[in-house]
Amino acid sequence: MKVKKKGAVALGLLVASGILALAGCSGSTTAQPTTSGDAQAATSGELTVWVDADRARALEDVAKKFEQEKGVKVNLVVKDYGKIRDEFTAQVPTGKGPDITIGGHDWIGAFVKDGIVAPVELGDKAADFEKVAIEAVTYDGKTYGLPYAIENIAVLRNTALADSTPATYDDMIAKGRAAGTEYPFVVGLDPQASDPYHLYPFQTSFGTSVFGRNADGSYDASKLSIGDEGGQKFAAWLTAQGDTGTKVLNLNLSGDLAKEAFNAGKSPYFLTGPWNVADAQKAGIDVAVDAIPTAGGGDAQPFAGVQTFFVSAKSANALIANEFLVNYIATADVQTALFKAGGRPPALTAAFDAAKSDPIVAGFAEVGANAVPMPSIPQMGSVWDDWGKTEAALIKGGGDPAAQWTQMADSIAAKLG
Amino acid sequence: MTGPTIAAPPTRAPEDRAAARRRRRAEAWAEAAGAGWKVWLVKIVCLGIIDAMAVYAILVLLTKDSVVIAAVVALGILAINVVYLKPGLLPAKYLTPGLVFLFVFQIFVVLYCIYIAFTNYGSGHVSTKDDAVNALLIQNQQRVEDSAAYPMSVLEKDGALFFLVTTPDGTAEIGSADQPLEAASDAEFTGGRAATLPGYTTLNFAQLVANQATISSMAVPFSTDPNDGTLQTRDGSTAYQYVSTLVWDAAAGTMTNTQTGVVYTDNGNGSFASADGQTLATGWQVWVGVDNFVRAFSTESIRGPFLAVLVWTFVFAILSVATTFALGLFLAIVFNDPRMKSKKYYRVIMILPYAFPAFLSALVWQGMFNQDFGFINQSILGGASIPWLQDPLLAKVSILVVNLWLGFPYMFLVTTGAIQAIPDDIQEAGRVDGAGVWQIFRHIKFPLLLVSVAPLLISSFAFNFNNFNLIYMLTGGGPRFADASINVGASDILISMVYKVAFVGAERDYGLASAFSIIIFVLVAVISYLSFRQTKVLEELN
Repeated sequence: MKVKKKGAVALGLLVASGILALAGCSGSTTAQPTTSGDAQAATSGELTVWVDADRARALEDVAKKFEQEKGVKVNLVVKDYGKIRDEFTAQVPTGKGPDITIGGHDWIGAFVKDGIVAPVELGDKAADFEKVAIEAVTYDGKTYGLPYAIENIAVLRNTALADSTPATYDDMIAKGRAAGTEYPFVVGLDPQASDPYHLYPFQTSFGTSVFGRNADGSYDASKLSIGDEGGQKFAAWLTAQGDTGTKVLNLNLSGDLAKEAFNAGKSPYFLTGPWNVADAQKAGIDVAVDAIPTAGGGDAQPFAGVQTFFVSAKSANALIANEFLVNYIATADVQTALFKAGGRPPALTAAFDAAKSDPIVAGFAEVGANAVPMPSIPQMGSVWDDWGKTEAALIKGGGDPAAQWTQMADSIAAKLG
Repeated sequence: MTGPTIAAPPTRAPEDRAAARRRRRAEAWAEAAGAGWKVWLVKIVCLGIIDAMAVYAILVLLTKDSVVIAAVVALGILAINVVYLKPGLLPAKYLTPGLVFLFVFQIFVVLYCIYIAFTNYGSGHVSTKDDAVNALLIQNQQRVEDSAAYPMSVLEKDGALFFLVTTPDGTAEIGSADQPLEAASDAEFTGGRAATLPGYTTLNFAQLVANQATISSMAVPFSTDPNDGTLQTRDGSTAYQYVSTLVWDAAAGTMTNTQTGVVYTDNGNGSFASADGQTLATGWQVWVGVDNFVRAFSTESIRGPFLAVLVWTFVFAILSVATTFALGLFLAIVFNDPRMKSKKYYRVIMILPYAFPAFLSALVWQGMFNQDFGFINQSILGGASIPWLQDPLLAKVSILVVNLWLGFPYMFLVTTGAIQAIPDDIQEAGRVDGAGVWQIFRHIKFPLLLVSVAPLLISSFAFNFNNFNLIYMLTGGGPRFADASINVGASDILISMVYKVAFVGAERDYGLASAFSIIIFVLVAVISYLSFRQTKVLEELN
């Protein structure tokens, strides 16, 4: 069992075990304003920013610039992205955490509930960002972070096997079959949890969503809309595409197997995100990125995940942290540098437009412009489980789709209380 | 350091004994000081350093109000000093460093886990009440809809801070925390921003940073009407108009929603709750007593899965030990037969599954069990579509099969050793008395074998009881229970369930997971204790 130690505990232990660990107490700021020192004097402030290795390289320049202009040292602490969320949650309450961390916007709900993240006031700058990015970081009417990249799925097309991606799903499958490959179309699923994230654009094309949304684009947990009529139609469609129907959707074709199939030229179409493009190109596939065809007639809107900088609620440097984010990170140069490091379209419109010169990015961006932010409300945690399980059961077939779907919606509603 | 070497004198009168004791002690001190004063000096210096650190740590801990830990450190350092300064206590001198590490890395972790089991530590309850209040207050600062941004400077006069803001119509206004905004007509502008005002000092960025805690928590009343809200700044250069929806009354300990008028009070469970049971999202960590244990055994949606998992854990551990032992023993006997050729090579092959990392093997098996693309269905069963890992029963069977594959080489090794250690003359005697092969095995070999192998079987049971890697890598605990309120599946064992409760999904519940951990510990401890008592019976055979 992993135990999160409190900082004080850790200190006591280190001493008890005879290891020298003299962490200096940080001087507390007095209420008395200090106006000594001239304008050029180096300030006492320091910013600690948690980043992953790719982001760290991209931020080195702006960190130097901030130090030169403001006299505040920015410590870029490289963390394993997979651990950031848990460590941030564990360390902020002890007062040991960073001032700023990177993360996914869908953590916001949990962070707010835990009381460990502070709002970032973008002011008029909000208008300089892509709409979906601002919607994603807006929670409860306030922006809880500064977005820097948008990530969504789209259809990868093997240009050697298909010259275009039709606008409807059925046409795409027909074209895929005409290509004569082993699969007409692949998407990575899981035998037990299917993959609601990857199937979501087909779901939205039936005009349904998980939660209703407020005027500012944030999700309203009291409006669970997943069980509506569109959702039931989608359920029937899943069964029709599954084991008892056309067999296009195969639960046993995992993400890795789907990628393998596409990279081996066994399928002209692959529904996936930017993370699989490089490998496909390495495998010698000439990749084009196209819009996701509609299955239900409406817009096929995938989830957008927005990469974000968060400010810790217990940061003693809130002022510098906000200054650094709003006036330094929210600039086209920095957002472009971050884009080059990560390959995800930037969130700042100016940088976003510049990045579109790359056709692959432009393809994902085009789909992303129509994407809906992944819900960041904590209630979403109660949805994934039932959702994935039910979609897997629907693809297996053998039941009444509408009834299964309604049962799922009821079960989720019961969990939400 | 050696103690004094004075033989105990024969018995004397009590006062003589006391005098002798005093003399012995004095001699010991003298010897300790004399026998290598360099060693003595090194010891004093080392102890001094450790003591200094401990004192520093205790002071830091006290400033952080960690009284309990400070007391533990104080006691620990006292004990260390006594051990190394008092003559004698030789075993303790050698054992102390090890004991310190044992305490830090084992006992402390266990104690901390027990402590967490009695708290509500988890999502939404990660910090202290003060932090929760602060978080709620900053979360509920709502920027006034469509209000303007006010470029600003921070000014100082007589030790008080002021905001000098530039209104959208280009005039300057000044205010402080207890003085609403008022016109500042003689302000001087630089670059469209009011920057200075006679009689005040404008703070530069370095000074802003030095005072940032004050500045970022400063709220300047927008007007004399409190409903207009306040001007606040997040970055020191632009101010916005905010209204707060929550007000904290420190004296009464209540949160009041200014828009609805609802009053939230501390409900004793680490949350603010209104009279009709609505709680505010952010809570804090509190001591909840045995609540977590009660929940584990009484909440229907946790108890059912928990009991199912408990039963399966026992079944899994017992069957894993039984099957691997049976196969390992069978192979050991076969390869121990003198008529068997090329034993060496067979034995090497037998060890192979044991040589691969279990992690890797479990992942490879997971691929082989894939319903449509797996080697087992495709190649061995000629394209059958058996849901090895998707069906609750088959998933359990698959786990046992894989664990048999992973575990039999170990049993093969230990039983081979044990069989070869059984003297031949005993078996010879059995044969002379007319016992058959089976009887010799049943009444002579097997009991003697168990004497040396039984403790290993118990340790194997304890290992499999907590065999997290296999479950996590092979099935991930699935398929999931439909009716469980916690994320748990049919092939989960206790430890993988604990992991999921604590570290998977949006709702982390460290308190409940710690409570489960304690239950696991108690179970394994009791079973091991009873089993070892049983093995004593076996030892009477010798």
